[in-house]
Amino acid sequence: MILRRSLLIGAAALAMASGAPAAFAEEPLKIGFIYVGPIGDFGWSYQHDQGRLALEKEFGDRVQTTYVESVPEGPDAERVLRQLATSGHKLIFATSFGFMDATAKVAKAFPDVKFEHATGYTRADNLATYSGRFEEGRYILGVIAGKTTQSGKIGYIGAFPIPEVLRGVNAFTLGLQSVNPEATVSVVWANTWYDPGKEADAARAVIAQGADVIAQHTDSPAPLQAAENSGTVKAFGQASDMIKFAPTAQLTAIVDDWAPYYIGRVQAVLDGTWESQDHWGGLAAGDVHMAPYTNMPDEVKALAEETQAKIASGELNIFSGPISDRDGTERVAAGEALDDAAQLEMNWFVKGVQGDLPD
Amino acid sequence: MEAFFAAMIVAATPLLFAALGELVAERSGVLNLGVEGMMLVGAVCAFIVALSTGSTALGAFAGAAAGVAMAGLFALLALGFSANQAAAGLALTIFGGGLSGLLGASYVGVPLPKAQPLFPASWAEAIPYGKAIFGYDAMVYLAWASAAAIWWFLARARSGLKLRAAGDNAESGHALGLPVLRIRLLAVLFGGAMAGLGGAYLSLAYTPMWGEGMTAGRGWIALALVVFAGWRVGWAAAGAVLFAAVTQLQFYAQGWGWRAPSQFWAAAPYLATILALALLAGRRTAGSAPAALGRIFRPSS
Amino acid sequence: MIRLEPRAAPSKLMATLSPLIAILLTLIAGALLFAALGQNPWRALRVYFLSPFDDAYMRAEVLVKAVPLALMGAGLAVCFRANVWNIGAAGQFTLGAIGAGAAALFIPAESPFAMLAVPLIAGALCGMAWAAVPAALRTRLGVNEILVSLMLTYVAALLLDWLVRGPWRNPRGFGFPQTNAFPDWAHAPILVEGTRLHVGAFLAVAAALGLGLMMSRTLRGLRLRVTGGAPRAARFAGFSAAGDVWFALLLSGGLAGLAGALEATSTVGRLQPEIGAQAGFTAIIVAFLGRLNPIGALLGALVLAVSAIGGENAQILLNLPKNVAGVFQGMLLFFLLACDALINYRPRLVARRRA
Repeated sequence: MILRRSLLIGAAALAMASGAPAAFAEEPLKIGFIYVGPIGDFGWSYQHDQGRLALEKEFGDRVQTTYVESVPEGPDAERVLRQLATSGHKLIFATSFGFMDATAKVAKAFPDVKFEHATGYTRADNLATYSGRFEEGRYILGVIAGKTTQSGKIGYIGAFPIPEVLRGVNAFTLGLQSVNPEATVSVVWANTWYDPGKEADAARAVIAQGADVIAQHTDSPAPLQAAENSGTVKAFGQASDMIKFAPTAQLTAIVDDWAPYYIGRVQAVLDGTWESQDHWGGLAAGDVHMAPYTNMPDEVKALAEETQAKIASGELNIFSGPISDRDGTERVAAGEALDDAAQLEMNWFVKGVQGDLPD
Repeated sequence: MEAFFAAMIVAATPLLFAALGELVAERSGVLNLGVEGMMLVGAVCAFIVALSTGSTALGAFAGAAAGVAMAGLFALLALGFSANQAAAGLALTIFGGGLSGLLGASYVGVPLPKAQPLFPASWAEAIPYGKAIFGYDAMVYLAWASAAAIWWFLARARSGLKLRAAGDNAESGHALGLPVLRIRLLAVLFGGAMAGLGGAYLSLAYTPMWGEGMTAGRGWIALALVVFAGWRVGWAAAGAVLFAAVTQLQFYAQGWGWRAPSQFWAAAPYLATILALALLAGRRTAGSAPAALGRIFRPSS
Repeated sequence: MIRLEPRAAPSKLMATLSPLIAILLTLIAGALLFAALGQNPWRALRVYFLSPFDDAYMRAEVLVKAVPLALMGAGLAVCFRANVWNIGAAGQFTLGAIGAGAAALFIPAESPFAMLAVPLIAGALCGMAWAAVPAALRTRLGVNEILVSLMLTYVAALLLDWLVRGPWRNPRGFGFPQTNAFPDWAHAPILVEGTRLHVGAFLAVAAALGLGLMMSRTLRGLRLRVTGGAPRAARFAGFSAAGDVWFALLLSGGLAGLAGALEATSTVGRLQPEIGAQAGFTAIIVAFLGRLNPIGALLGALVLAVSAIGGENAQILLNLPKNVAGVFQGMLLFFLLACDALINYRPRLVARRRA
């Protein structure tokens, strides 16, 4: 009870401070976010927070956003989500896979609050899921890498062997081999999403082993920086445009742009049209876009742009058959494409990928 | 091979800085578990100063100064108020994690030019494996030079003898007129400066950027290395290199196609450290902890 | 300036009063901190210290958060008293969760062993086994337990990671790193409907009281205190140091394992890479805040649970970044530790410092 009262006082104080007459002000929609990392990681959580800031810019006084950062994906998540729901947040974004159980449980207890869970698969009437098809961008990276590499060896720094990362590796390799069938990808697992020193070490190791282009699926700009400092190796930014960290080495970057999705969903709540759904958007939906193509010859740039346009228009499906895994088993027949369910649980590598994979 | 060696030296450097500092503090009888917190604050202050002045040297200096300030806070508690050292150190780690994040909030995603090698490139090219000898920035050489200096200080210098006396038997040292608390204060502050330098090395040279929690547990490894070394300088340096080598090896081994779960490779440095210590145990070479380590000392008169 | 002079005997009055003085100082310093950050200091302090008690759910959450801290803190208090430095409770916690998970996932529902006690005991045994490694290395080879227990924490986390991404992964979980949810029989019963408060709360209180009695009333407790306080005297008294090292490590490891098993069978309900093992490090602070007394560890656990939840609420209700919570929690600990000096020392105002 005391909590509610102090909240009302707080809201009134806020309204007064912003100069709006409290009595007439429309109640703003309160939106909560929980992040698995600190917003200062310049990676996954940072990008979601950029999406949150875009909401404040877009909707101004009509929304009020709150975030809780560095929430471990263990026992604490449920309490934080419940606190957000009890403190008047009507739309809550849980931005990491590990929040799935907790989000589902709290969504059940608060039927009038809407929940959105990133990268999960449990849904309910008030619990939607969303994710990005970042692998569409990775296919383009593969095409660029295939045209750029001299040694034919690409180093790929992955965080963990989960389907999201494996999809990226495979999409990258398919793009690579579409222009350079002989090139190979050597995957090195860093066993962390975020440890700049370790990520840099992994990058230096693959460079020392002959890779002249590196790709990464970890959060920090450290691998890109390692490429820049080597003087000759090219690389790609992760989650945001990291050109400042590698002005001569970054070829492009996949940008996780959550703003269009977040703005659309908040608009839906304001309009009263929000419904539970499974949103999995890529280049076409604007959830994924590419940083400017730099440090490459014009014809490679043209090829990258053409590939991007084909994927966005639907002309090119990056997982269209025939695709065999590296053991020779056919995974997609010619003339077919991998469906979403199979993409979601991908646990194999295509031919041309080296690296360990759990059974 | 050259690249592996160079990567190993670079990876060992932040560990070496922090471990040497903690070693000196522990030899004076003070256990400071706040290394991680001091490193983080050192890293962020170094980054901010280097970015705004454009000078890596000033940045490194700021990192050391920030480490001293953090260590001063610890000393106030542990020496001034005779608080429990382990708990005060852990509190310092929590505090440092928060403080560094607050200070660095507006520096996320900002690049910093890489620290330049100390010696001209022609030196490195003049001899075989030259890059593995002459290819590093100034802080790497500073770390190794301070290892030598600290070895000399503890083993040979008169004041080093006093420091060890404070750590081995504070009471009788005090009875002989040794200013135990002052010695310990200086040792703790020195430990802070070194931890600050270790953090600064990460944000200025290793990966020139600031990111929250970017030390990623290296402060704890440094603490473990001091124990590993049996509180001896040479062994601390060897431990830092061993740990860095096995850390690098996990990535090389994956590239060579050695098949094992990546978690096994990631665990290898920790297992190797335990194994090395178990193999060395019982020999005459094993060092021992300063007798008064972690014990509160309060002069009675 | 102020000088601390040793008291002839520890002050009973100050033993009670010093935490209160510390909290008062934290309130003052906190008010200044929040004012400097542009917050209303009263409101901020209220959120930190009182919002965790606002409703029944939150009060239960304080206890939920405190259970693993208290279990591990009590065990570590005994351990540290005996001068055995187990820094790896987090690893023993992880092994406890793994042990509980093995029992919960692989014992069929119709088996007579399909009851909650089995995963809990399995967890405690696994925690003890993990702690037995530093115990064996220390007693047999003289290897320092700080290093071994700390290093094994990382190994434990990677072992769990490997299990949930590899052999124990839920085959219908779309490749995500988690096991199947535990069966119903392997869920710790909830004590208060609508909250997450589980039977672990009783176990934590029982463990703390039991260890408190053991330390003050039994020969084993006396031995541990003597060994820890003066190792040489203990040897003259004929107490075997090796036996006490084993006892201290197995006890604290077993309790950490039990804490991990409880967390896995209650709030998490399956195995996954993150199960809250960080509490093993926080429990070190808990043990010292409780002045290395198992019953004091109960109070220490509550203090840290309140400040952790207060920090979350400050993010939600005040939009303060998480790092402010870290700074504030650090300050609270600094004051609590510094004020304990008043128990053994008397502050005196002196004109000039004597050498």
